Amino acid sequence: MLPLLASLFAGLVFGLGLLLSGMTNPAKVIGFLDVAGAWDPSLAFVMLGAIAVTYFAFRFAGTRGKSLLGLPVVLPGRHLIDARLLLGSIAFGIGWGLAGYCPGPAIVSLGAGYKEAIVFFAAMVAGMAVYELIQRIFAKPDAG
Amino acid sequence: MIDWPAFTPLSAFAGGLLIGVSTSLLLLLNGRIAGISGILGELLHPRRNDIAWRLLFIAGLIISPLAYQLLHALPDTKMMAGNGTIVIAGLLVGIGTRYAAGCTSGHGICGISRLSPRSIVATLVFMLSAGITVFIARHIFH
Repeated sequence: MLPLLASLFAGLVFGLGLLLSGMTNPAKVIGFLDVAGAWDPSLAFVMLGAIAVTYFAFRFAGTRGKSLLGLPVVLPGRHLIDARLLLGSIAFGIGWGLAGYCPGPAIVSLGAGYKEAIVFFAAMVAGMAVYELIQRIFAKPDAG
Repeated sequence: MIDWPAFTPLSAFAGGLLIGVSTSLLLLLNGRIAGISGILGELLHPRRNDIAWRLLFIAGLIISPLAYQLLHALPDTKMMAGNGTIVIAGLLVGIGTRYAAGCTSGHGICGISRLSPRSIVATLVFMLSAGITVFIARHIFH
């Protein structure tokens, strides 16, 4: 029960952080990405603030096998810099640049009831479903 | 040229700190990485005992605008793209983040905080790709 409450609370705090930071405003995100135009560097400070805290959490978690609530610490095992990583990141970047939403802000904006966010979220989940489908048809059983 | 009137480093940094508190809570209490695309995407091939925490994290994100409004009006937002572009963008973000196994949160915040070379490369690539996309959309086609 406690881990589930922690998860809900973490999601809530994450969403409040996105709202306060300006990440849920597509125009501001585009302003950050538009280095050649009227550039708004604000969003670099979001990453700076988030990493400043998270860095220490990983330093601490790295020394323990279990979380404070007794759950296993699940860290990504993949280290490969491969075509999947590079092509996936390129596709993600194009989508992010076109609409100004990445997944977190899209979900928060869905909660705010913005119509564009509903359309974006539906398309994003459809994209994720396409990935699952391709995985199931073509990939080795142990992939993913 | 920096757009000074739009520049809001303090609220951006404070929002970033909150995001850092959230990722730290999820990691230290539950042992999980707060990568939004993974938390959502893995629900499409659900595993036993691995569903509820994901749904609740997403529920937290969804109710955050309501909680925010208890203290403050929601910030102004403006979507610059039309519906057709939004659909294409959503599809690309969905497929791309699953292939790359991470997005702005999983690679950009958690991965860089762990000093993962894979995540640092992914972040540089999607930032560059997004920057080039905006450059083409704003300065070549306009």
